Amino acid sequence: MTSPVAFSGILAKDMKNYYLKPPNISWGIIFPLAWMLMMLIKSGAGFDISEVFPGIVAISVLFGTTSMLAVTITFERRSRSFERLLLAPIRTELLILAKITGAILFGIFNGVIPVLISVLYFRAYVADWLSLAGGVFLLSLISALLGLFISVSAKEVFEAQTYSNFFRFPMIFLCGLFIPISGLPVYIRPLSYILPVTYAVDFLRYSISGTNAFPVTLDVILLVAFSFTLFYFSMYNIKKKWIL
Amino acid sequence: MNKILEVKNLKKNYGDFVAVSSIDFEIMEGEIFGLLGPNGAGKTTTINMLIGLAKISEGKIFYKGADLTNKIKQAQEMIGVVADESNLYDEMSGFENLCFCGSLYGLLKHSREKKARVLLELFQLRDAADKKFKAYSKGMKRKLTIAAALVHDPEILFMDEPTTGIDVASVRQIRNLIKNLNKNGATIFLTTHYIEEAERLCDRVAFIDRGKIVQIDTVERLIRETRESDIIEVACESIPLDRNILQKRLNEKFPDVECVLKDERTVKITSPVKIDIAPIVSYLSSEDIFIYEAKLIRPSLEDAFVKITGIEIDIMKREKEKK
Repeated sequence: MTSPVAFSGILAKDMKNYYLKPPNISWGIIFPLAWMLMMLIKSGAGFDISEVFPGIVAISVLFGTTSMLAVTITFERRSRSFERLLLAPIRTELLILAKITGAILFGIFNGVIPVLISVLYFRAYVADWLSLAGGVFLLSLISALLGLFISVSAKEVFEAQTYSNFFRFPMIFLCGLFIPISGLPVYIRPLSYILPVTYAVDFLRYSISGTNAFPVTLDVILLVAFSFTLFYFSMYNIKKKWIL
Repeated sequence: MNKILEVKNLKKNYGDFVAVSSIDFEIMEGEIFGLLGPNGAGKTTTINMLIGLAKISEGKIFYKGADLTNKIKQAQEMIGVVADESNLYDEMSGFENLCFCGSLYGLLKHSREKKARVLLELFQLRDAADKKFKAYSKGMKRKLTIAAALVHDPEILFMDEPTTGIDVASVRQIRNLIKNLNKNGATIFLTTHYIEEAERLCDRVAFIDRGKIVQIDTVERLIRETRESDIIEVACESIPLDRNILQKRLNEKFPDVECVLKDERTVKITSPVKIDIAPIVSYLSSEDIFIYEAKLIRPSLEDAFVKITGIEIDIMKREKEKK
């Protein structure tokens, strides 16, 4: 009984303390709106929502989720409240999963806002709603795990922010969101292929417009594989670095 | 009394540095056990190994007779920990903090809320129950941190420097709380650099220095063994005799004593054997010395610590304050 109660306790505490705070909710709403407005101003009369829709969903999820988890974990470690979680009689994997779940839910919220705006206001077309839900979930999962990966290396909150940007910005430009991978110089393309976000964005594209660069099954398999690798690599580092 | 915790040959190395070197001790149910030592002696490392925040390089840890060295998560069910910092959540109220801590130990909503209310009452924090933790004073934060460690009714409570950095009134309150918890059956493992706190609270004490336990015994026995002589200090209106004359006259009645004039009004009388105050006072009065006060100077745990470890307490306190 301890594990499910502890899991829900950690999740509820994180939701209340971090993710449901007004500044974070407003971030989730304003961030995609700002991107859409920027695209609208840039494209003028030629604005096509289906072109920018997957990109805005991906950016919203990626930016909202990675830094939130990295910052909250680093903050709790600095204030030593994280020790309370390590002292609880539950498996370390479970407590980390509880932390990740909060970030995933926040990521999904960040993804749902641009979806709602695009569909309800701009009348955007969604080819496969189930795949879109799956895509948003997988991208949130990958982003949360990237946040976890960053939090293991960061000692200070500002480091977590810096490392998050260090990973996110190159990923945005290499994952095929703004520039198709085929349009990138050949020597840079391998970098795109090793980024999990590349496959998440491809999956989102498929679910929204039905077009994709890789087979959907490959996207899903690679995203699941990346998730396991990131999770277990982070767990290995947590046990090595945090329990000295 | 049964052993609640037993540590055998416990070692901790960080690379080539030996933080804790082959320590052995046991803690009995219902006792307050103190671990005393200077900064860097290995106190926190020892606690961290016992509670699962540090890996063990070598040795065994038994909780209630069961070898839980590699199953520390099982041990965590029965231990409560008060860290040397108040590490609860600033944005949550006192009540919410306690409920959250209860959830970490699997307490269901009703039970944890009930327990939180009981603890807030016990720690005289009921009026601050709905205040955010960040709005608490240092003393209140400390009390709530201790309360949080008790939310799951642990069988042994680890307290790392529980009274450091708080005001005098809160220190008194917390010491009383510790005493009361112990009276009600709690087993407490305490580290402190306030030796007088250990003397007042602990049943048994271990002195640790450079990763090694140099002495372990009851407070009473440690003090008794330090006592090499009885010292009586007598405060008088004035001392009309020269020290040598006084010494000579005293020796006629008390052959083994030695006297020293501490100042113009104080005589310090040392005896290698047990000595009573009354005959000394009576004798000095017969010498027309008007006595204000006479007291037997007893050695303290601090004297025992200094004698055994060779570490001056002031140095230890300064180190801690610097930290």
